[in-house]
Amino acid sequence: MTPTPENCLEVQQLITSFETEQGLLRAVDHVSFKVPTGKTVGIVGESGCGKSVTAMSIVRLLPQPAGKILGGHVWFKGRDLVHASDREMQQVRGGEIGVIFQEPMAALNPLHRIGRQVSEVFRIHQKLSKKDAWAAATEMLELVRIPAPDKRMMDYPHHLSGGMRQRVGIAIALACRPSLLIADEPTTALDVTVQAQILDLMARLQAEMGMSTILITHDLGVIAETCDEVVVMYAGRVVEQASAEELFANPRHAYTRGLLRSIPTLETPSKSILNTIPGLVASLADYAHGCRFCQRMGRTSRFSRERPKFGEISPGHWAELCPECVALD
Amino acid sequence: MIPPLLSVTDLCVHFPVRGGVLYQQTASVKAVDGVSLSIAPGETLGLVGESGCGKSTLGKAIVRLLKPTAGQIHFEHHDITHSRQAALRPLRRDFQMIFQDPGESLDPRMSVRAIIEEPFVIHRLGSRAERRTWVNELLDRVGLPASSAERYSFEFSGGQRQRIGIARALALKPKLIVCDEPVSALDVSVQSQILNLLVELQKDFGLSYLFIAHDLSVVKHVSDRVAVMYLGKIVELASATAIYQNPRHAYTQALLSAIPSHDPKVKRPTTLLEGDVPSPIDPPAGSAFGHRMSHPRYQETIGADLSLREISPQHWVAADPCSLSAADWALLNRG
Repeated sequence: MTPTPENCLEVQQLITSFETEQGLLRAVDHVSFKVPTGKTVGIVGESGCGKSVTAMSIVRLLPQPAGKILGGHVWFKGRDLVHASDREMQQVRGGEIGVIFQEPMAALNPLHRIGRQVSEVFRIHQKLSKKDAWAAATEMLELVRIPAPDKRMMDYPHHLSGGMRQRVGIAIALACRPSLLIADEPTTALDVTVQAQILDLMARLQAEMGMSTILITHDLGVIAETCDEVVVMYAGRVVEQASAEELFANPRHAYTRGLLRSIPTLETPSKSILNTIPGLVASLADYAHGCRFCQRMGRTSRFSRERPKFGEISPGHWAELCPECVALD
Repeated sequence: MIPPLLSVTDLCVHFPVRGGVLYQQTASVKAVDGVSLSIAPGETLGLVGESGCGKSTLGKAIVRLLKPTAGQIHFEHHDITHSRQAALRPLRRDFQMIFQDPGESLDPRMSVRAIIEEPFVIHRLGSRAERRTWVNELLDRVGLPASSAERYSFEFSGGQRQRIGIARALALKPKLIVCDEPVSALDVSVQSQILNLLVELQKDFGLSYLFIAHDLSVVKHVSDRVAVMYLGKIVELASATAIYQNPRHAYTQALLSAIPSHDPKVKRPTTLLEGDVPSPIDPPAGSAFGHRMSHPRYQETIGADLSLREISPQHWVAADPCSLSAADWALLNRG
């Protein structure tokens, strides 16, 4: 199956495993979703649900040698990235696909000046001369609204605040005007006021450049604010997928419902007992083959052994159709 | 009126910055700079602010894990501002702390039983058999099976570890618990379990909390009153309802407008705060917030008294013309 042109990226039946002492464990188990051109798709889920591994599988930045893609396709511009050579991937990463990481300090080299790290992208991907790359990098810093970009080019990462560092991270990711941006928890390490600045900046740049975005986060508020489509992941699988409006208005899977109801909002009566999801996410080695949310709830129906089908409930609204977990109205 | 359990007056915590050839003090970081607040028995005071505003330092100074530079801390009728460790020890039974990252605040070489038992051992309470029963009771109270006692903290998930931290804090039946970002390292579904536990424990034991967090929705959920901190100072202090429904200080308003809404149809008004928090080493001479906003009235605030004043009953706000609406500023200056 080749992808349709209205989608920038299509992930089909992706399986990613890690070699561990307990054997080969599937962190991502048959995950499929599409990123329509120019839209933002949010991947939401708790830690360990496989959302970051999914993203890193797309750009093939899995920890080596443990991480392996065992199956599936990642269609991007007529190519299957799963089978692309390492050389090709190097051109795609930072070129056509930009990546923003959660902790900008970890993504920047502490020993090199900001200027060198941003202009490096232009040197490698666009083969610009040192001088031109430097000028292009300064322009990039200006685009992400870093004040006095000329001076900041000479700074080291530790000179900058968290918000400013994340802006540098964004500048690097967007330097080659990618058609797809993958942002892995871009605002989790930041304060709310800075988070608002960064989200606003990302939205504006996306509109200007017309790129598509995959935003990975555990914060449903960020999802509601920025995403067109939402993919909810649980224990390595997609359990629900719909447009943001539909998902928040009409969540169908018990896990999505539980998540939405467990967060206190400004409207929740204070000190009231919040809804909780009982139990814990099973560890990777103990994942059931059947419905994993049933596994958490301790249910033993047929679907705790057999994997439920992923099907469309209403137009554009998909879920893992476990009769115990999905409310069919 | 009931006397407060804890009252803090003009508290300052400054850290020396050393440098130069002789390693002398060249400057100081004014992490907490003139904070006054009080907590009543059974009350939760929420403390919010951006990272680096001094909220954790304030929390640690209150339980005397840090030495205050100036000001006073009264716990019940004891002045604990300058008490020595030995003198503090009996009082420490009454105030405890829960930390942000339970992975770091629990000793990986101690069993869960040893961790929870330690407060009893230090305070020489109970026989070995009694302590055993108490630990089991505590585990049960925080929702962990008794079998967890013989395991090690790293064998547990983040939420369970935070339960261990809470059990340890509860051991000596304290009156006040300082909770420093107790749920920010946890996933949302686990976060609600811990918040429920904290609310239940408060009802059962009549605990007071100083609840430090950067998540404003979480703070609103648990707090009776809320203090908003900015660059070492409290800029607004009022009941949780008043802070969230009628914020007076421009910084509080900006913080609230930055919370993402959980309804994709609601687009928030974009009152984005520009810039970053100024450095506490060299804070602006006048209103720190006015400086960040390059407010036209900033010059007026240099050398002016910007301390908290009561704008309406029990609603305190910094008397800063850069941060208040013209109407509120007039209201403050009329009284």
